[in-house]
Parts: sequence; structure tokens; C-alpha cells
Amino acid sequence: MTKPAIIAAVLAWLLPWASASAAEEDFHQGVAALASAASYADKEAAAATIAGSGYPRAEALLSTLLEGELYTTRDGGRLVTTADAAQGYAIRDAVTDEDLGSVGRRDVSRVTVNNQLRGTLRSMIAGLKLRHEDPAERSAAISNVGESEDLAMLATLEQLLSSEQDGGVRDAIAMAIATLNLDSTDAAARLAAIEIVRANVGAHVRSKLTALASDAAADEATRAAAISALSAIERRVAVYELVQMAFFGLSLGSILVLAAIGLSVTFGIMGVINMAHGELMMLGAYTTYVVQTLMPNAIGASLFVAMPAAFLIAALVGIAIERGIVRTLYARPLETLLATFGVSLVLQQTVRTIFSPLNRSVITPDWLSGSIELVPGLAITLNRLYILGFSLLVFAALLVVLRYTRFGLEMRAVTQNRAMARAMGIRTDRVDALTFGLGAGIAGLAGVALSQLTNVGPNLGQAYIVDSFMVVVFGGVGSLWGTLVSGLSLGVASKLIEPAAGAVMAKIFVLLFLIVFIQKRPRGLFPQKGRAAES
Amino acid sequence: MKINSLLIKPLAAATFAALSIGTAYGQDTIKVGILHSLSGTMAISETTLKDTMLMMIADQNAKGGLLGKKLEAVVVDPASDWPLFAEKARELIEVQKVAAVFGCWTSVSRKSVLPVFEELDSLLFYPVQYEGEESSKNVFYTGAAPNQQAIPAVDYLMNDIGVKRWVLAGTDYVYPRTTNRILEAYLKSKGVADADIMINYTPFGHSDWQSIIAQIKTFGSAGKKTAVVSTINGDANVPFYKELGNQGISAEDIPVVAFSVGEEELSGIDTKPLVGHLAAWNYFMSIDDSTNDAFISEWTKFIKNPKRVTNDPMEAHYIGFKMWAEAVTKAGTTDPDKVQEAIIGVSVPNLTGGIATMMPNHHITKPVFIGEIQDDGQFEVVWQTAGTVPGDAWSDFLPGSRDITADWQPPLACGNYNVKTGKCSGQNFQ
Repeated sequence: MTKPAIIAAVLAWLLPWASASAAEEDFHQGVAALASAASYADKEAAAATIAGSGYPRAEALLSTLLEGELYTTRDGGRLVTTADAAQGYAIRDAVTDEDLGSVGRRDVSRVTVNNQLRGTLRSMIAGLKLRHEDPAERSAAISNVGESEDLAMLATLEQLLSSEQDGGVRDAIAMAIATLNLDSTDAAARLAAIEIVRANVGAHVRSKLTALASDAAADEATRAAAISALSAIERRVAVYELVQMAFFGLSLGSILVLAAIGLSVTFGIMGVINMAHGELMMLGAYTTYVVQTLMPNAIGASLFVAMPAAFLIAALVGIAIERGIVRTLYARPLETLLATFGVSLVLQQTVRTIFSPLNRSVITPDWLSGSIELVPGLAITLNRLYILGFSLLVFAALLVVLRYTRFGLEMRAVTQNRAMARAMGIRTDRVDALTFGLGAGIAGLAGVALSQLTNVGPNLGQAYIVDSFMVVVFGGVGSLWGTLVSGLSLGVASKLIEPAAGAVMAKIFVLLFLIVFIQKRPRGLFPQKGRAAES
Repeated sequence: MKINSLLIKPLAAATFAALSIGTAYGQDTIKVGILHSLSGTMAISETTLKDTMLMMIADQNAKGGLLGKKLEAVVVDPASDWPLFAEKARELIEVQKVAAVFGCWTSVSRKSVLPVFEELDSLLFYPVQYEGEESSKNVFYTGAAPNQQAIPAVDYLMNDIGVKRWVLAGTDYVYPRTTNRILEAYLKSKGVADADIMINYTPFGHSDWQSIIAQIKTFGSAGKKTAVVSTINGDANVPFYKELGNQGISAEDIPVVAFSVGEEELSGIDTKPLVGHLAAWNYFMSIDDSTNDAFISEWTKFIKNPKRVTNDPMEAHYIGFKMWAEAVTKAGTTDPDKVQEAIIGVSVPNLTGGIATMMPNHHITKPVFIGEIQDDGQFEVVWQTAGTVPGDAWSDFLPGSRDITADWQPPLACGNYNVKTGKCSGQNFQ
């Protein structure tokens, strides 16, 4: 942008604001520059003017820019925010929030940001939030400043420290000052800073210390202190990593359990080898997608609608498979295997025809994204945590159904002695259909969980079918507890092997171990006892 | 899943073959074969390319066809089954007598059809970025060779972002392995130490990235700017990026540059965790150019869906088809030998405002773009090469292939010529 253009733009903006304060003037000058910025350097300069003005609306505007939600109008060069409207966008002025009516999609263009600008914006916003009324926001902003490597901020931080009342925020300020001081040229300040950051396991501090430890320009004492602080930090990190690895294993295990538990009903209890089990999970995942497209304004709640819906749909398809195909093939395992394999291909291609072969986008609700920090440096991802809980819940519910309901009783009776059960007046074919439906429904529930972790596409089921059979066989066919234990232990085992051997080898080792194990104990971890199992 | 390929696929394929034969008898048409999977795992990517070809052919027919004849598309479905690719290719050439074939996606499918095309002397246009180390007389590589995608991306990270530590993460098959071998050699030639390179391979469709991301996080906290160069294959990407986001690694901390993530892949996922990560391609849908605008509007009209996106392999087919059409016009015949001679040196406009030229090594010239992923699933170009880069079939960074060149023009007429020994060996180096 040429200089006269800037001046003209600034003037155009300044006229109505002639009586405004200096902060406001600066702010609007920045806004005008941002609206007409052509390069990232221009945008950065404009954002700096806006941030520097200290005007109350600056933070909100920069946050909008950071989120990529700021647009300029093509004709007037005005900054606007947009919302979807019937034809194109409904736009509002980004500064005054004045309603500007609606425009076509090509009449506005987005103010783009790149990684570098994003980083700069983040520290600018942090700078503006340093005096935010919420202590948590304040702390976050302060830590952000600590990582900015901008030594000029030290004075501001010292000033904040003298006026801060909240203890937690005071700690955060002290840590931020120490972190900044790691770059200080004053050896004494640096040495003091190293002692303070010992308690900080953040990646930024660790990289700074690593750099200091091998920095030839630093003096001996500094280097030694950095090395000692680093090893103290690393010892703590090692403990955290162990905890984290255990969680990773349990989480992988919980997914295996979720995928296998339905199979443990159909395969373990009924003895039907259902190769279409994976596709029933896929149906559950697609149900989640459909539910989300039906209720686009309530993504957060959509999963709670999707769960019963997925259970029902998968269960109905399961019952149809049982009544239509499996029923005629009892006691012919090989034919069942082939027939259900055919069903799995039919289901895959059906989905491909209806939804296209492309993956569908299932949105992760906000309450499922991100992670919670147990202690600084040890964070656990939320989606995994919820899925772990969910799979335990499904497991418990299934146990309750089997043990305490009439249907569960009939199911166990049919499993143990079909002829006797029939003689006692149990409609065994109805029980068969419902049992198969239950297993299929649970697969549907697993699909809802998987939609939050992986692709929702026609091939989703194939990835899990082998693992599911593995878990059921390892745990002992027919034993629910076996499925739980084997799923969790296989998960933990493969996560323990993975860092050392790599993901490919981990898979191979687990399979080799299973082969050897099945040779020694063909009935798995928890073998079925009794006459029926022996025969 | 072996039963799958043994029993079901040939059946499905036979039905398809019958369908295409049924429509194939028109006098005086030029047949163009389309060899893309419409079912199975690769259908996700390849179906779009089939549609692109149908659009291009319809478009050419609207302009009066070629050599006064109409073009006729012959579509077959190799069902993501590599041996079936070879069978279907043979059927296209021998039974359908097509003039040229546009198809394949994975390297293994290309390797599978290669002997068929060489034996029957027909033409294949291959539209996907690949690992290089190949130049066949009968294949035209309109996708990127490693020096047109991977090397420039690494250069960008090294020079513009200041990356010092490298994670090379890939799916465990031929393309990532070869690309990473080239990249590793390249990085070492630039003075990167062994300790600063971490190489990781995962199985196809890997979905549990927790511990690998944790490893990358640890690797990245060693005081040097770290980046991930990802050759992770399509389906495994979504869980990979989701886990990155969940473990709180943003593109500003550790950027990921991907070679297999394009607009089409992004349209099927929640893009929130990906914003700011990078991809290197030779085409982006977002590039502001009038030919690109025209192509996009023609595509959305053809596919009857205003939201469908365009991507890099589609552009490769666009260029490949235009080049073939021009070479046929120039040669005045569809005879493969004549077209092969005529097509070298043919230049056509690409979709990003430049010119693509067919080189004597059967690769083309392409510009290289680095884009940052935006939350609408599009890319914002942050870097591009000054001009176009000619594709190099044999990498200069691998000890075995350094001395090898490919030139299909006389007097050399060889795809694997060793400049040191002066010998022309078989066409496949490995």
C-alpha cells in the first residue's frame, strides 16, 4: 500500500472521530490500515497499532482476527464479521457491531492470517489481557508473555507483580519473569532465573535450558545450573511420561473393549462368527453423522441423541441379518463366516452409494476436545478419557442386563442348554434374534465413540474387525470379564512396546504373543467351565 | 481380508466389464481408458479422478472431439485390488483398443500395470505425486516427483521457518519410505545431524497416535525449532491431526507439512485442529487465476454440487489430458509411438497461471506451492517457487540413482541411463 493511500484511508476514518481521544484515534487508524493491508507485514503493523492503542475494543477485534473470522468488504474496505444467511452472508461492522444487511459470498473476502501472524497476535492479545479481571485469564496471559522472549515486557511484569493480590497469579508472574530472564545478558539474573524455573516442566522452558546447557558463550556456573535444573525437570517428566503411557494403553484398550464387547456377545455367547461386526460399528458412526447434520445447532448435545439412535439402527440391522441369513446357518460356522463376510461387503458398498466413498465430517463437540491438566506438564486428552468411561459404562450395563433381567436369564439359559431351554418354554429363536440384536447394538454404540476418534468412511469397520476377534479369543470365548481384561491388557502392552519398537513392530509382537498364547491356552484367559464348554 | 479379493472382486469387476463393453460399439470414435478404483479402499480418492476425466472428455467432445472424431470414455473398476489393475489394463488395451489410459493412484498399482503397458506398447497418464526412481517409455508422470514437492517443502521449512530438528513420519509403504530416504539424504547433505532426525513409520489406517505424538512432543522440546514432514497416507491423517490438537500442539509450536493432505481429504473432516498446518502441492483450489476459476465452475456444474472441491491430482489429469490431445493433433494419429514422440516438448497452460511442459524424461514442469490450512478446508499460499520446476525422475540425493538420467528422445531413448558407465539398463532401477 502506498503512503498517500494510507493517509487518505486514515483521514477518511479520522473525520467522524475528530473529537475522539488519542487511544481511539490510534485504534481507528489501525483498523483502517488493517482493512486495506495487502501483505502480512502490513497486517502485523496494523495489528500492532490496534494493540498499542489500548482501546477497550482492541482485544475483541484482534481475537476475531486470530480466529480468522474477520472479513473486509470488497467495495468499501470495511472490516466486518459474517454469519451465514440464505443468500451469502449477513454482515455486521466489526468495530461498532452495526448491522450492514446481507451481501453475496464474493462481496467480502477474509482477512487471512498465517502462523507467524497468529503467534504475534496471540502475544498481543496476551499483552492486552494482562489486567483482565478473571485471575485464570490473567495467569494464562502472563505465561504467554513469559514465552514471548520479549525482554521489554519485564518492566510491565514487575509493575504487575507489585499490584497483584491473587497468590496464584503472583506465582505465574514470578515464573514469567524468570522465564524471560533466561534470555537475560546479566549472568546473575540468569542464574537466579534457572533456580526458579526448576519447577516448570513446560516445553518452552525445557528448550531454553537445553540451549543454555550447551551454550558456549555462557559461563561455567550457568551451564552447570542449567544442566542440574534440566535433569531435575527430566526426572519429573519421566514419571509423568510413565503415567501418560499407562493412560494411553488403557485408552487404546478401552477402544478395543468397546469394539469387541458386542462381538463377545454374538461370537462368545451365540457362537456366530459375524464378519459384518465392523460394518455395524460403521453404521453407528454414520448415524452420528446423520444426527449431526439433522441438528447442526446443537452439536454438543447431538452425541446423546446419536447414542440411542445408533444402538437402535445397528440392532435392527443386526436382527435383520440374524433373521435373514444367520438363522439358516446355525451349526455351520464356515458358511456363516462367508455369508456374514458377504453382508459386510454389501453394507460397505451401500454406504458408499448413499453417502459417497468420501469420508464424512463428524464434528467433535467442544466438551470433548482438548485436554485437562492434572498437574502442570501432565495432561490427559478429554476425548480419550470420556471414551474410557463410556466403554466401562457399556460394559457395566451389559453385565447388568445379563445378570438381572429376564432377557439376560433366557439368554444364558439358551447358551447353556438350548434343548432344555426350549423344553422350559423359552422361545429360543426370539432369544437368538434379540441376542444378536444386542451385540449389534453395542457395535453401533462403539461406532459413535469411534466417530470421535477416526474417519467416518465406508472402511471404518475393516480396521477394527481383526482386533475385535483377537480380543475376544485372547480373553476367552464367552467370557465378558475376559474381554475386558484382555482388551485393556492388549492396549497397555502395545503402548508399552510402541515407543521402543515402533507402531508396526508393536503390532507384530502382539500378534506373535497371541499365537504363542493360544497354543498354550487355547481357551483364552478366562476359559468357560462346565459340560457345555467341554463338548 | 484375502477372501475379499479372491471371491467377490472378480465378480464385481466382470459385471462392470460387461457394462462397459455394452456401450463401447460406436464407429469412428477414439476410445480413452479410465482406470480408477470405484470401489474398495482407494475409491475415496480415485472416484473424483474418474469424474474429472469424464468432464474433460465431454468438454473436448463439445469442442468437436479430436481428429474429427468423437472421444469415448471406457470406464473400468479395478476395485483397489492391485493385480486386478493389471488385468483391467490389459482388457482396456487388448479388448477395448483404447488410444491411451488415464489412471492409477497408488505406486503399487502403477508398478502392477507397468509391464502390461510396456508389453502392449500403450500409453498411461499417471496423475499422482510419487516417489520417483522410475521412467517408463509408456508412462507419463503428470504428478510431482520428489524434487517438485518434498524437497521444496523442506527448503521452505529450513530457510523461512528456521527448522533445525526434523520428524519424518510416514505410513509404512513404498512412497513414504523412498521419499524419506531421499529427504534424509538431503537433510544430511545440508548438515543436519543424525540426532536431529526422527523417523517413524506406522501401519496403514493407524488410528492410535497418542504415544507417537507424545514422542514428537518430547523430541520437539530440545531447544531447536522442530517440524514434522508427513507422508502419512490419507485415512490415518484425521486421527493424527486430532491427537495433535488434543495434546495441545499447535502449528506455531510444531508445524506439520503434509504431502498427501489436499482439499478433497479436508472436505471430509473437522478442520479445527488442522488450521495453520502446511501442505505442499503444485495446485491449490484457492489460487486466484482465471483458468482456475473457469475449471472450478465447470467442475461444480458437471458434478452438480456447488460445494465439491478441486485438488492437485485433478489438475494433473487436466494437464495430462490437454497434453495428450495436443500431441494427438500434432501427430495426426493416436498411434502410441507417434504420440510418444510428439508429446515431448508439448506445452499447455496449467491451472495456476503458468505453463506445463512435457520433459524428455516423461515428467512435467510444475510450480511448487506451500499452503497453510484454513478453517474452511482451503489453503492459503504462504510460499511458492519463482517459476516452474522440471520433474526429476532419478533423485540426485540417493547414492544409487545420482548418476542415472532418463531421456526418451533419440539418440539416448532410455529411461535408466547411467552416465558413468554409459549403459542403459532395464527401466526399473530397484
